[in-house]
This record gives sequence, structure tokens and C-alpha cells, in this order.
Amino acid sequence: MNLSNLSVGLSTYLLVGAMLFSLGLYGIFAKRNIIALLMSIELMLNAVNINFVAFNRFLWNQKIDVHYVLTGHVAAIFVIVIAAAEVAVGLALIITIYRNRQSTNVDELNWLKW
Amino acid sequence: MSTIVFFIFAIMAIAAAWGVVTSKNIVHSAFYLALSFAGVAVLYILMNADFIAAVQLLIYTGAVAIMVVFAVMLTLRGDICESNPESRGWIVGALVAASVFITIAVVVLTNADWRVLSTPWTGGGSAEDMSLLLLTQFMIPFEAAAVLLTVALAGAVILAKGVKESK
Repeated sequence: MNLSNLSVGLSTYLLVGAMLFSLGLYGIFAKRNIIALLMSIELMLNAVNINFVAFNRFLWNQKIDVHYVLTGHVAAIFVIVIAAAEVAVGLALIITIYRNRQSTNVDELNWLKW
Repeated sequence: MSTIVFFIFAIMAIAAAWGVVTSKNIVHSAFYLALSFAGVAVLYILMNADFIAAVQLLIYTGAVAIMVVFAVMLTLRGDICESNPESRGWIVGALVAASVFITIAVVVLTNADWRVLSTPWTGGGSAEDMSLLLLTQFMIPFEAAAVLLTVALAGAVILAKGVKESK
């Protein structure tokens, strides 16, 4: 089998995105450290970005739509901005929680349960 | 050629993501996260998204991953080899994640509209093209994102440092 005959299309990129998203989802369920949960969320946002850019790359048609060329790229940029803001506030919250509780284990964060 | 590059870096990104969610040591998880982001940046280059690839390398690999390492450093106690334990619900998580992946894969592989191969790209993707779009059609969301980043910066500093009691 000649590897260069294998063609990479839109569905290949979408499958990579789906794989990264599922791994992030698994991490949300499977991890107990709150920083690992934040990393899993970053993985999922990254998978969404791959999908945005892939749809923009493969489905944009010059004959139909000469404006809005890079709309998917702009959406990916906004997702990156939101992710950066989220990780900054999230890590600050984690440090504050650690200062109060001396723990980053989500199973021990049960103030509201009594 | 680009097919081989694609498969090398896609497999690298996925394997690194697997390392993030299975590693027992959270510092290893953070470094696997940086590796995964770098692999995704190569995928962006293969999709002719030069500016997004540069932003991915600068913000995700450069800033987010390093910030996570700093947070690990500030909150670590006890044995580092057991710093990232598995939760009791991991088997539920594995089932949910596997079913989500299978559902998405079935949808992607059976949708005939998405079975497109790459054609020559004429849309650009450099910083100049992006800035033209960001400062004309998407100006309001762009400014809103700027305000959001400023507020998040101030909020993060206040949360992490604490506010002094006013007298």
C-alpha cells in the first residue's frame, strides 16, 4: 500500500478533532486533580478549533462566497481568546482554593454539601 | 508528502492527548499538553492557516501550557509521582467518551457532503487577511474580546493576590 495515495480530506481532520474532544471528555471524568480538569477543557477547545479551521479550509467556495473568506479562522481566534481568559481566571481560582483548603482534589471541594 | 506529515503529527497530537489524560504525574501531563498543542499547530499549517498556527504556538504552547506548569508548581504538595490520581468514575467517563467518539465518527463518515478532498487554496490566511476581516466585519466582537481579556486579566490578579481590606 502506497501511503501517499491515502488522501487527507475534511473527514480526516474532523476525526482527529473528534478523537481529541473525546480524550478531553474522558479526562474530565477520570481525573481528580482540578488542574488536570482544566487541561482537559483546553484539549476540548482545541478540538473545536481544528473543526472550525477544517470546515473553513474545505467547504469555503470562491464561486459562491467571495466575502467572509476566513470566517472559520476568525471563530478560531475568538475561541483562543476565550480559552486564554478562561485559563487565567481558572488558575487564579485554583490558587485561591488551594490557599483556603490546601488541596486541589475535586472530591474534597464539598463546601456546599452538608 | 503532506499526507505523511499529516499522519505523523495527527498521531503525535492524539498520543500526547492520551498522555495528558492517563499520566499519573501532573507535570508530565502539562508537558504532554504542550506537545499536543504543537502537533495541532502543524495541522493548522497543513490547512493553510498560517496565522492561526502561529497564534496556536504562541498562546497555547507558549503561554497556556507554561501557566499550567506554574499553577502546578504553586499548588503541589506531597509525592509528585501520585499528583494526578484517577477518579472513581473513570469507567463511566471511558464509556461516555467512547460513545461520543463513535457517534461523531459515524456522522462524519456517513455524511456525503463532508467527503471533500483538498483543492488548491486561494483564500489567504496570513495576518494581513485576518486583520482586514477583524477590523471591518468583525469589529464589534473584536472589541468585546479586548474588553473581556482586560477584565479577565484584572480578575485573575485580584483573585490570585487578594484584595486589601479598606480602612
